[in-house]
Amino acid sequence: MDTSLAELRERVIAAHESRRPVRLQGAGTKDFYAADAEPPAQSVRAPTAPAVPPLVVDLRSYRGISGYEPSELVITARCGTPLAEIESALAEQRQFLAFEPPAFGAGDSTIGGVVAAGLSGPRRVYAGAARDFVLGTVLLDAHGEILHFGGQVMKNVAGFDVSRLLCGSLGILGIITEVSLKVLPRPRREETLRFEMPAAEAITSFNRWSGQPFPISGAAWCDGIAWLRLSGAASAVSAARERLGGERVDPQSALQWWNALRHCTHPVFNSTTLWRLSVPDTTPPLDLPGQPLIDWGGALRWYPAASDDDTNHAAGALDSTGTPRPRALASAAGGTAMCWKGVAPPGGRFHPLQPTVATLHRRLKDRFDPHGIFNPGRLIAGL
Amino acid sequence: MRQTEVAGALRQILPAESVLARDEELRPYECDGLTAFRQKPMVVVLPRTEDEVRQVLVTCRRLEVPVVARGAGTGLSGGSTPHESGVLLCLARLNRILEVDPIARIARLQPGVRNLQVSEAAAEHGLYYAPDPSSQIACSIGGNVAENSGGVHCLKYGLTVHNVLGIRGFTIEGELVELGGRAPDRPGLDLLALVIGSEGLLLVVTEVIVKLIPRPQLARVVMASFSDVRHAGEAVAAIIANGIIPAGLEMMDRKATAAVEPFVKAGYDLEAEAILLAEADGTPEEVSEQIAEIEAVMRKAGATSLVCSSSEAERLRFWSGRKNAFPAAGRISPDYYCMDGTIPRKNLGPMLAAIEAMEERYSLRCMNVFHAGDGNLHPLILFDANIPGEWERADRFGAEILELCVRLGGTITGEHGVGIEKINSMCVQFSASERTTFFTIKAAFDPPGLLNPGKAIPTLARCAEYGKMHVRGGALPHADVPRF
Repeated sequence: MDTSLAELRERVIAAHESRRPVRLQGAGTKDFYAADAEPPAQSVRAPTAPAVPPLVVDLRSYRGISGYEPSELVITARCGTPLAEIESALAEQRQFLAFEPPAFGAGDSTIGGVVAAGLSGPRRVYAGAARDFVLGTVLLDAHGEILHFGGQVMKNVAGFDVSRLLCGSLGILGIITEVSLKVLPRPRREETLRFEMPAAEAITSFNRWSGQPFPISGAAWCDGIAWLRLSGAASAVSAARERLGGERVDPQSALQWWNALRHCTHPVFNSTTLWRLSVPDTTPPLDLPGQPLIDWGGALRWYPAASDDDTNHAAGALDSTGTPRPRALASAAGGTAMCWKGVAPPGGRFHPLQPTVATLHRRLKDRFDPHGIFNPGRLIAGL
Repeated sequence: MRQTEVAGALRQILPAESVLARDEELRPYECDGLTAFRQKPMVVVLPRTEDEVRQVLVTCRRLEVPVVARGAGTGLSGGSTPHESGVLLCLARLNRILEVDPIARIARLQPGVRNLQVSEAAAEHGLYYAPDPSSQIACSIGGNVAENSGGVHCLKYGLTVHNVLGIRGFTIEGELVELGGRAPDRPGLDLLALVIGSEGLLLVVTEVIVKLIPRPQLARVVMASFSDVRHAGEAVAAIIANGIIPAGLEMMDRKATAAVEPFVKAGYDLEAEAILLAEADGTPEEVSEQIAEIEAVMRKAGATSLVCSSSEAERLRFWSGRKNAFPAAGRISPDYYCMDGTIPRKNLGPMLAAIEAMEERYSLRCMNVFHAGDGNLHPLILFDANIPGEWERADRFGAEILELCVRLGGTITGEHGVGIEKINSMCVQFSASERTTFFTIKAAFDPPGLLNPGKAIPTLARCAEYGKMHVRGGALPHADVPRF
C-alpha cells in the first residue's frame, strides 16, 4: 500500500476509535457548499461541553493520474489530483470531462472534491451530470477498509452502484481516494449563437429546440439574451446554425460566457445572496424579484438578491409558512432550491429531504459511519 | 399451512383472481429468461394498482414472507427466479403509460410498460427512449430499472441509469419513496442511481420517469470483414481513438456469423474471422462525414471488405443477424449459455484467444457476440443438457470466462445482472468487506431482508464454500470478521 494511503488509513482508524470528527479537505474551493457552511453560533452548543474541533484531513498529497488510456475513454486518478492536471492530460489527447465541473475560478480544485460535490456545468442536461461519468471509485471507509466499487469499464452492473452513490455525497460516507471517470472526445466544432428575447420566450425556445435533433450542448439566458451552444461534427453544427438563425458569437466571447457559467464567475455570483433553483426545464419564469441567470435549458435558475446592499433575503423573503419564497416556488414547480450564498434560511441551506428519503439517509450514514466521524453536518444538518 | 395463510391474507386485500396459489397456476412463473434455474413460488400476486402493491408489501412484511418482484420475466440472470417460500409480485398489470410530454421530453410510466412501447408512444413527436435491450419487444421498464439494462446503442446514449430521471417505489415497510424527478440534481445522496440496477433488493418500483430524445434524422451502418479477430479489435480502439463515438459498434466472430447467416440472410461475409458493425446517426451531412471516417479507420486496421447500408431496409437487415444471434444459437445447439462479462476493449484479443483454449479444454463450442464499443462480451456456450455432464461443463466454462474478465480489469456482468446465475462469481470480483458494504446498503433499505433474498450478493458463507475468497494485496480482508 502506498505510504500516504497507509497513513491516511491510520488516521481514519484512529479517528473512528476516538470518535473524533474528521473534516475532509481538498483545495477548499467548495467550502461554502455545505449544509453547515455557516455553523450556528457557539451558544447553541452546551457551553460546558465544547465540541471537539474536527481533525482536518488534507487530501491533496494523495495525488496523481494512475491510469489514462484514451482509446478506452477512461481516466483514473487519486483524489488529490488537481482538476487542472487532469484536464490538461485530456486536452493533449483531444478529450475532456463532458460534465464540465466547476473550478470556481481557481485552478486547484481536486478531482476528489469534484466527485464528492457532484456539481456539473452548462453541458449537464445534454451530455450528463458528474455521476453519469463516474465509472469506479475506491473508498476508504470508517473502519479503515479500502473498498473498490465499479471499475474502468463502461458497462458494469455487478453489485450496487456505490460509485454513483458516492458522487455528490460530500464525503459523509467515507473518503473517496480514487476515481475512474468516463471521458469523451472533444467535439470537432463548437459554435455559440445569441438571440435577443425575454426569459419566457427563451425557456419555450430551449424546450422546442431540445425536442429536435440539433447538437445542443448549452442553453442559457441572462439580461434579455439567450445563448445557445452547438457542438459536434462540423457539418451537423453548420446545418443546425442555418436552421436556427440567431447571431454568431465570436469564439473568444463564447468561451468566456460558458466558462463564467461553468466556474460560477459570472457577475450574478458576486451578489451577497444567491439562490440556486433546480426545476423542470419547462417551468415558466418564476415570480421572484431580480433578474435570474437561467442555465441548463431552463432547468437551473440562479436568483440573486434584488440589489447589492440587500442582505436581507429580498429574493428569500419568507412566505406565510416560514418557507423562503424561492424554495416554496421551486417546490410548487416540482423542483428544489438551495441558498448558494447568504445567510442560511430556516430549513437549512440545502432543500430539505422528504421524510422517507431522510430516513434512508440516516440509516445509510449510521451503517457506513457508525460513529459519525466523516464530515458531520456537511450534506445534511445533524448527520 | 403457510401457503394457505399467506394466500388468504393476500386475498383480503386483492381480488381473488389476482392471487394465484394452485400448482398449475404457479407453474408458468417458475423461471425467468434463465430457464436453467426453476423454482415454483409459494404464491403469485398480480396487483393492478400502486396501492395494491403497497398493501401486498405491508402484508408480506407483517407475515415475514420474502417478496420477489417480476416484470416480463425476460431477465437472463435469474433475478426474478421465485423464492420457494415467497410471494412472486408480478407487476405486468401495471402497464399504463401515464404521460408522454413532448415539450418536456419525458414519459411517465408504470413498471409493466414494455420498453419498445415507450418509443412507439413517443414516435409521433419525433422522440424515442434510447436504451434498447435485445428483448425490447417484451421486457418491461420496471425490469430495465432493476437490471440497469443496456442495449446496442449505449456507447453513445448510455444505459438505463443515464436515461431515467426519477422513480416512485415502496420499501418492504410500505413506505413511499420518490427519488429524482423532472428537476435535475436533487439534494442529498444519489439514491436513484443506487436503486437502478439493484435487482429488486432495495425497493419495489411502481412508477418511472424516463427521458425521451429526438430521433436522429438518419442512421447508416458500416459492415466490415476482418481476417483476424485481433485486427477487428484494433479497429474498434482506433475508431474511438480518432474521436468517433459510433451509435453502435458490434462484433461477431466467424462461429456467430455462420450460425446466424442461414437463419436471417443478413449478407454476412462467412469467410471473415470477424465482422464489425458500426453505426453512425445524426443529420445526413454528419452521417456521411462519420461513415467516411469509420471506413478509413477500418481499412487502415486491415478490413478485407466494407459495405455501407444504403437504405433503412438494408440497415435493419445488417442488424438483424446481430439481434438474432441468441435465437440462432438456439437453432444450432439444443441449449446455450450466454455470458455477459465486460473487459477493457484493449483486452479483446487475449480474451478471445483464452476462450478458444477453453473450448478445447471443456470440449464445448462457443460463439462470440460483443458490444465491442463498450467491451461487453456475450460468449454463447453451446451445449446439450440431455448429455450428462454437459451443463456442468458449460457452467464451469462460463465461470472461468468471468474470472478472466475480472483479471483483465473488467466485470462479471455488463448488463444482465448477477441474479442467482453469477452469484458465485461475485466472490471473485468483490472482497468480503465490499460484499459486507453491499449488505449494509441492503439493510438500510430493507431491514428485515425480505426483498429478493439470496440474489445478487453472496453471503460470506457462500463465498467460503465457493472456495474463492478474494485476496487483495496478499492479505485476507476483514480477517476479524467471522465467516458465518
